[in-house]
Amino acid sequence: MDVSLELLTKGRSLANQLKCQLEAIVIGKNLKGIEKDLIPYGVDKLHVFEGKGLYPYTSLPHTSILVNLFKEEKPQICLMGATVIGRDLGPRVSSALTSGLTADCTALEIGDHEDKKEGKTYKNLLYQIRPAFGGNIVATIVNPEHRPQMATVREGVMKKQILASNYKGEVINHDVKKFVADTDYVIEVIERHVEKAKNNLKGSPIIISGGYGVGSKDNFKLLFDLAKTLNAEVGASRAAVDAGYADHDRQIGQTGVTVRPKLYIACGISGQIQHIAGMQESSMIISINNDPEAPINTIADYVINGTVEEVIPKMIKFYKQNSK
Amino acid sequence: MSLKIVVLAKQVPDTRNVGKDAMKADGTINRAALPAIFNPEDLNALEQALRLKDAHPGSTVTILTMGPGRAAEIIREGLFRGADNGYLLTDRAFAGADTLATSYALATAIKKIGACDVIIGGRQAIDGDTAQVGPQVAEKLGMTQITYAEEIIAVADGRIKVKRHIDGGVETVEGPLPIVITVNGSAAPCRPRNAKLVQKYKHAKTITEKQQGNLDYTDLYDRRDYLNLVEWSVADVNGDLAQCGLSGSPTKVKAVQNIVFQAKENKTIGSGDREIEDLIVELLANHTIG
Repeated sequence: MDVSLELLTKGRSLANQLKCQLEAIVIGKNLKGIEKDLIPYGVDKLHVFEGKGLYPYTSLPHTSILVNLFKEEKPQICLMGATVIGRDLGPRVSSALTSGLTADCTALEIGDHEDKKEGKTYKNLLYQIRPAFGGNIVATIVNPEHRPQMATVREGVMKKQILASNYKGEVINHDVKKFVADTDYVIEVIERHVEKAKNNLKGSPIIISGGYGVGSKDNFKLLFDLAKTLNAEVGASRAAVDAGYADHDRQIGQTGVTVRPKLYIACGISGQIQHIAGMQESSMIISINNDPEAPINTIADYVINGTVEEVIPKMIKFYKQNSK
Repeated sequence: MSLKIVVLAKQVPDTRNVGKDAMKADGTINRAALPAIFNPEDLNALEQALRLKDAHPGSTVTILTMGPGRAAEIIREGLFRGADNGYLLTDRAFAGADTLATSYALATAIKKIGACDVIIGGRQAIDGDTAQVGPQVAEKLGMTQITYAEEIIAVADGRIKVKRHIDGGVETVEGPLPIVITVNGSAAPCRPRNAKLVQKYKHAKTITEKQQGNLDYTDLYDRRDYLNLVEWSVADVNGDLAQCGLSGSPTKVKAVQNIVFQAKENKTIGSGDREIEDLIVELLANHTIG
């Protein structure tokens, strides 16, 4: 998955800062040659666990592998994708090791921490930074005493980058039986159905995104009309998804998809941090909003003061008139 | 087969409807300005629990919640919809808990309730969005887990079959009881309150609530024991203080801030024809669109 590669790049830069090794774990079946895909991201040591019961994913065998490996290797930091699997596995591992876990981080940094009450100073902790409280605040979380410091990150938040195609890393093929008890294989996957993604939000150069201010599911159709005209994708804020205006897989923000399009048109979006975290790196932002005080306007390049119903039909009309 | 089901439910501030007065000038949250609600996905979980009870006569549904005294409201909401009883974990020592300390407290209470078959809760709460408590409770109880559940299909012969979401799809899995299940917001919505149950339980109160109010009918609570909602402290669940609340939380909040966005120099235009057309022409000219 892309998010794992993105975290290898982030992990590499953290490891450089901490002057330590970057290790990676891969669990599944048919993993032959996987190291060629991973080590170039700067992996010093790759732990491979290959076995029949390890794919499709179930909670307990993966937990046992991580918990037992961490007891041996004693990593200081563990990063995981905030996928369905990561969000099933991460908390289970953190509970078993009583180490702290921070979900859906939007930034990871290294820094010091002073506990004034205890009079202790901690060097080089992982700052786990995430919006909290529905995206109304941003919190920096640290785990002073417990290891590993664990964090999950959503896909698209970090950028992946191959470090060197000839990077030298060690591959360790582990004996799964030494890590996983037979009794761990308790969940049986009876049926599995994976669909191709219904939209291409991450790859689209233009995104038309709607918030609660769009007002109704009917008005949301206007966004699809404009998207069709401009060959764009339609996204939504969490408030719009919660209100039922758009499907969950279109949600942009900390708990949805992170996007970096060439043009982002925010329609009726107020701009909570939770949303802005997922789109602020767009090259150009246009905000259509009838509230001149909407927070999103502060990061917009253009603010159109008006309602979606009046502005979007005009945009479509004038695009058609002028694009030929 | 009758089942003993525990629903993990949380009272949360309604972060979805945050008004301008939700943040104080100093950047802290003005909790008083936010209405307290039943965490939405916990309602989806309650519905799955009630369906199991419907399908397996003799089953019981118990609401377990942790929070301040006013969280007793969550138990009453559960009773109004068909739950049988509930426990409120409330103690100053639970305050400041991160997900791990919360899970510890819930797990000790579940052990105290004893002999549960299914422990079910929402995938995540809207005030934290972490989705960690379910799996952590499961680990503390030594049970397996099924997260992101869409529907419980069946329980038979000590096994439970569940349809769940995975990245980019769905799968059906089967696992042994006892088990912890977390339910997705896309699952069936919870049934509404039942008028008869509202009549039956509207005076249900915890001991703290009884002490606060001027009760005209104190004998009511002696005659109808189901109106007495149970409060549990750390001691009541044999909890280890070191693992509760702030002291049991490995994660610490180092800093909290209201982000001030680096304001860009922007251009504000009206919605008149001329202004929109000029903008479109400009976007076409610099190849942003077209």
